[in-house]
Amino acid sequence: MTQPILKATNLVKRYGRVTALDHCDFELYPGEILAVIGDNGAGKSTLIKALSGAVTPDEGTIELEGKKVSFGTPLEARDAGIETVYQTLALSPALSIVDNMFVGREIRKKGFMGSALKMLDYPAMEEFAREKLSELGLMTIQNINQAVETLSGGQRQGVAVARAAAFGSKVIILDEPTAALGVKESRKVLELIQDVKSRGIPIILISHNMPHVFELADRIHVHRLGKRLCVIDPKTHSMSDAVALMTGAKEPEAA
Amino acid sequence: MTEPTNPQPKGQDFERVLGGSDTRVASFAETKRTPVQQIQHILHSNPTLVPVIVLALSLFVFGLIAGGRFFSAFNLSLIMQQVSIIGILAAAQSMIIITAGIDLSVAAIMVLMSVIMGKLSIDLGVPTPIGILIGMIGGIGAGMMNGWFITKVKLPPFITTLGTWSIFFALNLYLSGAQSIRSQDIDEFAPLLKFFGHSFDVAGARITYGSVLMVLVFIVLWYMLNKTAWGRHVYAVGDDKEAADLAGIRSDRVLISVYALAGLVCAIAGWASIGRVGSISPQSFYEGNLQSITAVVIGGISLFGGRGSIMGALFGALIVGVFQSGLRMAGVDVLWQVFAIGWLIIIAVAIDQWIRKVSA
Repeated sequence: MTQPILKATNLVKRYGRVTALDHCDFELYPGEILAVIGDNGAGKSTLIKALSGAVTPDEGTIELEGKKVSFGTPLEARDAGIETVYQTLALSPALSIVDNMFVGREIRKKGFMGSALKMLDYPAMEEFAREKLSELGLMTIQNINQAVETLSGGQRQGVAVARAAAFGSKVIILDEPTAALGVKESRKVLELIQDVKSRGIPIILISHNMPHVFELADRIHVHRLGKRLCVIDPKTHSMSDAVALMTGAKEPEAA
Repeated sequence: MTEPTNPQPKGQDFERVLGGSDTRVASFAETKRTPVQQIQHILHSNPTLVPVIVLALSLFVFGLIAGGRFFSAFNLSLIMQQVSIIGILAAAQSMIIITAGIDLSVAAIMVLMSVIMGKLSIDLGVPTPIGILIGMIGGIGAGMMNGWFITKVKLPPFITTLGTWSIFFALNLYLSGAQSIRSQDIDEFAPLLKFFGHSFDVAGARITYGSVLMVLVFIVLWYMLNKTAWGRHVYAVGDDKEAADLAGIRSDRVLISVYALAGLVCAIAGWASIGRVGSISPQSFYEGNLQSITAVVIGGISLFGGRGSIMGALFGALIVGVFQSGLRMAGVDVLWQVFAIGWLIIIAVAIDQWIRKVSA
């Protein structure tokens, strides 16, 4: 197989006497959707936080494209090309779609107005935002200066995914992207995820929704008791296999 | 989201029926909006309109009651002078309230810094510009102290600034010996401290440099809050701090910078207050903290953070000034002025809540 784009070895993270990650390994290959499933408390969130820079692991190494990295903040992971769409979306409701898409990486005007007066270049940001939203077929949002709080749940998810897709050059992490959505809106978000994948960006998908996981994922990382139990292929395993593995009702076949 | 005009039969079994589903998503029934709802809608998208309308209305009403005297250029410029100090404090307060905080120590910082500037320049013989500069730096330091307790020690802004209010007030009494610095001494040793009390006349209006300073402070801060990345981050932090953190904003730094800048603005107000009052009194502006919050609230800035324009606070301060001047001219007792301002606050917040109820 090819070189993994994102690889973690022997990650350990303890919170007091609780070991959330217990010598956990992880690999993401180029161009794939890797689903991460696991029971509540299995350490999925901690694993994702370690990969996205929100948590610093106590032990172990993370490699991005073969180079060792260590992220102190989500910002550093972002600068390295790893974008995360959190379950809470991390959007500011009262700010506009454009403001939200560019939070933390605004474009300034050129010349004196930009360098001395730090003036933002709204025309450029609006054009870029419009372009990215259209690419993902999200332009039924008519006015990109409208506040995010005026959007529906699916549209908000769309904006958050578009933000990640627009800037995430290497890896996109999606945490429960369909958890709060209805059937129709879930469907659109799933299509959106496939759109992003077709553009060659690998995706880590965390979800409790087995049908969605089996529909989208190329491989499924089963997380149990703080470590990777096994990686299964959705084509050769059933949903009940996956559930049995992650709950401990069944042990993985010796590989 | 795109409307899949005719989704291919893919996905889960139960989703097959989606192909025939209604493709409209929560469309708006535009025609059914009543005039009142339309007004509500317009106000929701332009929050500063409310204080502007109230200001225009109150000018109109007091113009009718008090007649030409009220509307004279002289009286209007006098209102500007009267609100200038509280106005500048309200500008500092607005920034902090936009971050979902509150600062009870603004006036205490202001008076403390004016005392420091006066003591240095007059009693200790420091050159006045240096004295003023030290006052400005002191203002930044006092603001940073508030910001540090709030972000690093994680104390609520209300408690932090309630504490620093007392601390700064006590320091101010200690440094000044509870004595005012007399106007004649300032004129003799440090006339520059009174710079913002000087004025120029335009068409019968007497405009002090302090009034001009207030307007300038608002314009500069409005620009910073609306046209720079820093300003957008201030709004994002006030709106939802956790979301802002995850989106990559270093919210602690933003908050400390806001409190530090507010401290600087308070020190500027301290300098301007020397010109306005004439002397330096450690007991002055004791109600300045609450008056600045009043102006911000009447200006339509949400106490929950993230919403409202700083320009609202300018109009809020002017509304208070117009009410006081108009009622005074109409011969109404001071206690009823205070009574009216109280109602103004409650009505302003009630209108604000009503506007917020609009769904998009």
